[in-house]
Amino acid sequence: MSALVLEDLCKSFGGLRVTRNVNLVVAPGERRLIIGPNGAGKTTLFNQITGDIRSNSGTIRLFGRDITRIPARQRAHLGMARTFQIITLFPRDTLIRNVMLALLGLSPLRWNPFADLDRRRDLRERALAALARVGLDRLAERALSETSYGERRRVEIAMALAQEPKVLLLDEPLAGLSLEERREMSTLLAALPRDVTVVMIEHDMDVALEFADRITVLHFGEVIVEGTRAEVVADARTREVYLGA
Amino acid sequence: MLFWLLLAVNSITMGGLLFLLSAGFSLIFGLMRIPNLMHGSFFMLGAYLGATFLARGMNFWAAALLSAAAMVVIGGLIERFLLRRLAGQDLAQVLLTLGLSFVVADLCLMVWTGDPIQPPTPPGLAGAFRAFGMFFPIFRLAIVAIAVVVAVALWLMIERTRLGAMIRAGVDDPAIARVMGIKVSQLFTLIFCLGAGLAAFAGVIGAPYLSIYPGLDADMLPLALIIVILGGAGSLAGALLGSFIIGFLYNFGQALFPDLAYVILFLPMLLILVLRPQGLFGRVG
Amino acid sequence: MPPGAVRALCLGAALAVLAALPWWMANPYYVNIASQILFWAVFALALNVLVGYAGLTSLGHAGLFGMAGYTAGLMLAAGAGHAAAIVAALLATLATTAIFALLALRATGIGFLMITLALGQILWGIAYRWASLTNGDNGVKLADRPAPLGLHLSSPDAFYLATFAVFLLCLASMRLFVRSPFGASVRGTRDQPRRMRTLGYNVWLVRFLAFLFSGFWTGVAGLLFVYYNQFISPQVVALQTSAEVLLMVISGGVGTLFGPVAGAAIVVVMKNVASAYVERWNMVLGIIFVLIIVFMPEGLVPGAARLVRRGYRGLRAGSGPAAAEAAASPGTAGR
Repeated sequence: MSALVLEDLCKSFGGLRVTRNVNLVVAPGERRLIIGPNGAGKTTLFNQITGDIRSNSGTIRLFGRDITRIPARQRAHLGMARTFQIITLFPRDTLIRNVMLALLGLSPLRWNPFADLDRRRDLRERALAALARVGLDRLAERALSETSYGERRRVEIAMALAQEPKVLLLDEPLAGLSLEERREMSTLLAALPRDVTVVMIEHDMDVALEFADRITVLHFGEVIVEGTRAEVVADARTREVYLGA
Repeated sequence: MLFWLLLAVNSITMGGLLFLLSAGFSLIFGLMRIPNLMHGSFFMLGAYLGATFLARGMNFWAAALLSAAAMVVIGGLIERFLLRRLAGQDLAQVLLTLGLSFVVADLCLMVWTGDPIQPPTPPGLAGAFRAFGMFFPIFRLAIVAIAVVVAVALWLMIERTRLGAMIRAGVDDPAIARVMGIKVSQLFTLIFCLGAGLAAFAGVIGAPYLSIYPGLDADMLPLALIIVILGGAGSLAGALLGSFIIGFLYNFGQALFPDLAYVILFLPMLLILVLRPQGLFGRVG
Repeated sequence: MPPGAVRALCLGAALAVLAALPWWMANPYYVNIASQILFWAVFALALNVLVGYAGLTSLGHAGLFGMAGYTAGLMLAAGAGHAAAIVAALLATLATTAIFALLALRATGIGFLMITLALGQILWGIAYRWASLTNGDNGVKLADRPAPLGLHLSSPDAFYLATFAVFLLCLASMRLFVRSPFGASVRGTRDQPRRMRTLGYNVWLVRFLAFLFSGFWTGVAGLLFVYYNQFISPQVVALQTSAEVLLMVISGGVGTLFGPVAGAAIVVVMKNVASAYVERWNMVLGIIFVLIIVFMPEGLVPGAARLVRRGYRGLRAGSGPAAAEAAASPGTAGR
């Protein structure tokens, strides 16, 4: 069974059709890269998949289950996690608190008004472990506002990983990173376990192409090319809209 | 029959007054994205100023215009020197207008004491005329006529002038308006002054009908609020429709269910909130 | 001694001094002021749950406050006992809060503020105009204060002690709330509602429950208020009261545990001092409101600390770092 299936997914804002009949089949454990020029509808597509915005038509399936009408919060409970292109974290909290919030999101503990969050050993340890996976466990108690941009990108990933998702959606995880940070991030991404299916939007072709099993090229909201690395790079249409600029 | 007709005339009068009050409130809300909680204060302070001018023997209409002009200046000062400092912080701006409304209320109490003032109807418009075998109070009809004239003038300004085009662009999207080279900040000042002046004008011409008393501001502000929730931010047509709905509810409610008249005013707003989950405020939480 | 222990010790000492207040404060006038501060502090703490932690500024809380007071007053006037009146008041306040929340949570930010303002005005309208139910402008008088555990609360000292006990309970529940996972959820919906949704939180329900929590303590504060004054009138339900308690929250510092308590103390003392010398409390209220919003949006307590720090650094290093400091400190009123 496929991890993620999109069938004829559409979204328009006003009269503008941002995604048009997008079809996508991602196998379990696959690394799928979505590329396309600016304004191709990549982030909108992500928002549709995660339920941040409602699709006008089409179907989304997660491991066979139709989740098209399910709200975003329940998709998280079904094993979907994402990172944001524009960093969306909790600036007043420490790194570990940020990750703990991610853990709480899937735990019934989040409704508990009596427990002392700081004394939840189990939660802290799991959060620390997630931070360790992105190499930030040393900075666990640092306030997010005192961290660098590259570190925040990694916190985004740690939060997503902490939820132990089955499908992980990464929206430009390398955006704005320095060369060295990019290298660290790509090592980190390469180390993701194979039981996680990853769909990634990325502009950095060097890292992204190496990471991806299959690539989908989006242009004006439509899928114009899909295939393996070699196939997509070789395709004339890809060159036309994206690489051949 | 006569009773109902009179009630209807009163409703329309009230609707006209409410339009003068809420048109500015709506434009300010549409453009600056803040409910101006001083709007009732402008109405009341304008009414008191007008009453003072009248007591000095000034002509009624001159008093109304002078009071409106004074409020334009006061509104401009508040916008330039206080609201401007908090540009972009809408919540702080709202609370600022709330704080100022208390200052104005207390100032009025200090200057004009707590006794209600009811200025006389302007001499030429006192009395009533006879038609269809009934008497119609002339002054109330004059209020309606003024409201209609102002509505048409505002509509022409919004729809037909360059200034109006800028206002429309600003209401639709301030960011885009800025990109188009419109000086949004000057537009804010202009609209705030206009709203303040209109409210004061409404206060003066409404005074012979409503009378002026401490708490008039707090009575009028929620009406403007409801009207804008009903009619939509920045929409003149919405403000007009909302004003007459509330005008009728106000008078008929008062006559039929005096105990609950005030509460009835809020029912359309509650209905809108329940039936239109996205509300008139756009996104859901 | 570790800093945490020092803080705990200071807090314990302060609370002990407050608990013993009737024994070292001979003048009943001041004991009564202390009671006022405490029940206003409960109200401010309750509002702070929404304003400070959930990022939702309500201007309708006076309606909930009045709902508790009026329900208790009218029940007692109808011949009910104190226990029944108190339970009924809290239930009525909670039910009203739920309705407020259902309607107001259609929006956030300014929309939320406008809806709560309108809802508060509806309750004011009922209190003021529905005279056959609420006795209108004349208000409702309470014949008597209750006598829990045989301690009759008619004396200022006894009433103070009871209020202090309730205040302590409220403070404890706030502390529990702030440190709890649920408290973290509420703050998360304030800072990043969209992210919270993708993390699996039901943002609406989190806000709804926070509103109920706020409403409950608002009801408790309303009960203390009505028993203290043994009288309630529509004035209590007016927008002024909502603004006053919001001023307490903002002046003390939103989203802090002790800010609203400090704010309540400041506003109550000022109100009493001001009304002793001038009649112009509303003017004072308005001016303070404006000054705080323009110059100290983060609240008096953190704001004063910032100004002192800035002055100190300014003395040491000229004006450069002061500007950086001002830029770095987040303004909270704009949230």
